Amino acid sequence: MLAFVVVHLLVALALPFLARRSTRAAFLTAAVPPAAALLWVLAQAGPVLSGQTISETVEWAPLIGLQFAFRLDALALLMTILVAGLGAVVLVYADSYFSRGGGDARRSAPLLLAFAGAMLGLVFADDLITVYVFWELTTICSFLLVGQAGLSRESRRSALQALMITSLGGLVMLLGFVVLGETAGTYRISELAANPPGGAAAVVAALLILVGAFTKSAQIPFHNWLPAAMVAPTPISAYLHAASMVKAGVFLVARLAPVFTDVPEWKLAAIAFGLVTMLVGGWRALHEYDLKKLLAYGTVSQLGFLMVLFGAGTHTGAMAGAAMLLAHGMFKATLFLVVGIIDHQAGTRDIRKLSGLGRELPWLAVVATLGVASMAGLPPMLGFIGKEAAFSAFLTGGRPDLLVDAVLVLGSMLTVAYSLRMLWGAFADKPELPRTKAKKPSAEALIPAGLPALAGIVLGIGYPVADKLAGSYAEVFAPVADPYHLALWHGFNLPLLLSALAVTGGVALHLGRVQLTAARKKLPRPLDAQRGYERIMALLERVAVGVTGRLQVGSLPTYLGIILLTMLAIPGSALLVRAAVPDDLRAYDNLLQVPLALVVIVAAIAVLRSRRRLTAVLLVGVVGYGIGGLFIVDGGPDLALAQFLVETLTLVAFVFVLRRLPVRFTQSDTAKAWQAPKAVIAIAAGTFISLAAVIFSSARQAPPEASAAFIANAEKGAGATNVVNAIIVDFRAFDTVGEIAVLAIAATGVASLILASRHERRKRSTRVPPISVKTPVKQQEEVRE
Amino acid sequence: MTTTPMKRPSWTTWDAPTERWLLSGFCRDGKQRTVLLELAARIIFPTVLVLSIYLLFAGHDRAGGGFSGGLVAGQAFVLRYLAGGRMDDSAIVSMRPPVLIGMGLTIATTSAFLPLLFGGELLETAIYKFTVPPLGEIKFVTSVLLDSGVYLLIVGVVLDLLRTLGSAIEADVDAAERGQR
Repeated sequence: MLAFVVVHLLVALALPFLARRSTRAAFLTAAVPPAAALLWVLAQAGPVLSGQTISETVEWAPLIGLQFAFRLDALALLMTILVAGLGAVVLVYADSYFSRGGGDARRSAPLLLAFAGAMLGLVFADDLITVYVFWELTTICSFLLVGQAGLSRESRRSALQALMITSLGGLVMLLGFVVLGETAGTYRISELAANPPGGAAAVVAALLILVGAFTKSAQIPFHNWLPAAMVAPTPISAYLHAASMVKAGVFLVARLAPVFTDVPEWKLAAIAFGLVTMLVGGWRALHEYDLKKLLAYGTVSQLGFLMVLFGAGTHTGAMAGAAMLLAHGMFKATLFLVVGIIDHQAGTRDIRKLSGLGRELPWLAVVATLGVASMAGLPPMLGFIGKEAAFSAFLTGGRPDLLVDAVLVLGSMLTVAYSLRMLWGAFADKPELPRTKAKKPSAEALIPAGLPALAGIVLGIGYPVADKLAGSYAEVFAPVADPYHLALWHGFNLPLLLSALAVTGGVALHLGRVQLTAARKKLPRPLDAQRGYERIMALLERVAVGVTGRLQVGSLPTYLGIILLTMLAIPGSALLVRAAVPDDLRAYDNLLQVPLALVVIVAAIAVLRSRRRLTAVLLVGVVGYGIGGLFIVDGGPDLALAQFLVETLTLVAFVFVLRRLPVRFTQSDTAKAWQAPKAVIAIAAGTFISLAAVIFSSARQAPPEASAAFIANAEKGAGATNVVNAIIVDFRAFDTVGEIAVLAIAATGVASLILASRHERRKRSTRVPPISVKTPVKQQEEVRE
Repeated sequence: MTTTPMKRPSWTTWDAPTERWLLSGFCRDGKQRTVLLELAARIIFPTVLVLSIYLLFAGHDRAGGGFSGGLVAGQAFVLRYLAGGRMDDSAIVSMRPPVLIGMGLTIATTSAFLPLLFGGELLETAIYKFTVPPLGEIKFVTSVLLDSGVYLLIVGVVLDLLRTLGSAIEADVDAAERGQR
């Protein structure tokens, strides 16, 4: 299983090179790994459905118990059929959708494949951390896919919105994973399901994880990113919405439902949010004119439906959920691809502009009708079977369950209504509109769109297969005496009546669409999630601007003052509390220290009295050299050498910069007013440093063991008689590599800053009269004093 | 620098260098020149470079090492810059400082991974001793590779400093003067 995931990602890495030559070859190559994964999974279907599982673990960081664990069970099988099957279909379709050789095509082929790989990893994952890794990989891939080249403001904003919402949810979910894993003592999902943890920790974990699932699966109130993400090209929307990304949340709930069977809050939250989402999504879909937006709100509604079914955590609910999961993936893929074809061939997907397309493109209409029939839950489609099971799932319980069923019927009415709206909007003859011209779609576009629709009807008629698929997953829940079976005909019973009610209600809603829209316009709009999101983002930005503006004032003395005060406040206060002046304090150890110390002190005082910048810098250099001399006296030639060299270099760098600054220090009036506080801070900081130097150096009573080991091993282990060097390049070589990397980044960063500002200045000086070249120089002076 | 090949060079140019010796072909403005410093730089520059390489290799047993060696080499370049000015700081090392920095980092990290290829551990060092007839026994410690990476990186950082703070500001001054004229 890991091999499949890795192959997906590796091929995705290699695809950009292929896509540069031919995007067609790239898309067709990209379709191969998902197709192979599908075939492999289907070959394993027999044993897996009879209850066997295939497990794989790969050590990642064994020291801290991290591993990639994969497991193929019935649920993973179900999802893989969707992810890999629809992945292959969408990739073939995408070739006909994108213009050959275009930038979008070149970018999308590898990204879609990488997405499929991440999704596959998520589906197979049997370890919470593995789940999280692949979960966030899909988030990143979807950000890149929705954003595309980032040329339009809208696509950038939508991509960012999807990223913000889903990744924040993902972080909350990670927290939940950690709580769950630490409580239960294992991060393995199969072990968690075998021994579900209980108590308050499990409740907290359940709710945190649900937040992640809700954001990913676009549940209220996080649903708004999904319709916004419709700016992506249609094949991408089809894949993100039908098969993968948005299903991830529902999948997670399905996966973890056995773990949280004893947590009522889990069930309650999932059902409550799911029901509201189903109604709101369906209601919004009824009023959309853009076919894609309509489908997007339909997806939101269906995801709410699925959340209810999987969240219920009952055997029948799981059966219904699994059947609806399959059905939704298939009909939603079909419908998105159909809308893509309409958009491509007719040039619009606005139902106020489309008319008579059904007679223009009859085959497309047939395919779309198959998809819509499954969405509306008409027999003999898979959608019908799933909906029947869903209604049955809540009939046996008490009054709350009946309420759930009532809402489900209401939601299904809305589903039927927007299904009809989609079909009518896309294909019907509208007398008031001119007939839409459309070119015939190619077979490469039509066949991928038709395949999932066909699968929906095949699984509906061949319901024993669907029953087997769903039933194997449902077995993880508490067994019931007379388990529900998916079938086309259960006899005349209540679910059938409810189905009929949903269909008739939906038809009525559709017929009354004009009045409905008029009524909706009169309704107050209480809460708009999209506007809420935008307000929150704007608020965040305003806070960021405020904080930055107050902290980054552009005055070096202020920065230095803040740094020194922090130093005084934190280590300084600790020193005050714990300070004990050592009793073996001596004036000097070596007579040479006395003149050197005198030089340093005199130079330090002279710095304060100097009026010229250059003098001050040179005197600071004298202090540095004096300290280097002290190192030599104390027997650290290596340290002294480094000190001398760095001191020289610093001096040179200072002199370089000083060329551009005035020769003498000048003080403005405000600076004079601040002189006393500055002096206080400086004296306090200086006192702290000198005290710290004395106390810290006396804190050590014996030579540390580490250095003893270094000294003992330097000659033998590293072949060095210079212990310092042996430490740098051998014992602590890892630190050295890290340090030079930091140095490289810092140097490059500083150089870029200076060169960039200079470039900017040069550009400005060519545009404006040369006198104003002086302005930046003046700014620099202000910064320094 | 552009001495035309004459049969009998005039006595004023008989000892003029026929090719670039050390400094670039550019000459500074006469007012800014300090000939003594330039001469000293010409003589000292290669010597200091040799010293820096000595420090790099001696570091393992005596004071020195890649860091000190790199700084010493960097200061040789600083000296050249001080003597020759903006025109000189990049005349001989044609590599741009970021490339040098990247090379140093690459060498250091590669040398860290190299032992893995031979079944060792990350950053493991090996000591080789062999005798070369006139020189006697030579000890080679593989950590010198890491040190050379550090050396190159430090030289690159110093050159970057010269490029940005040194010649960039100098060019600014020139531009400002030209603008005001």
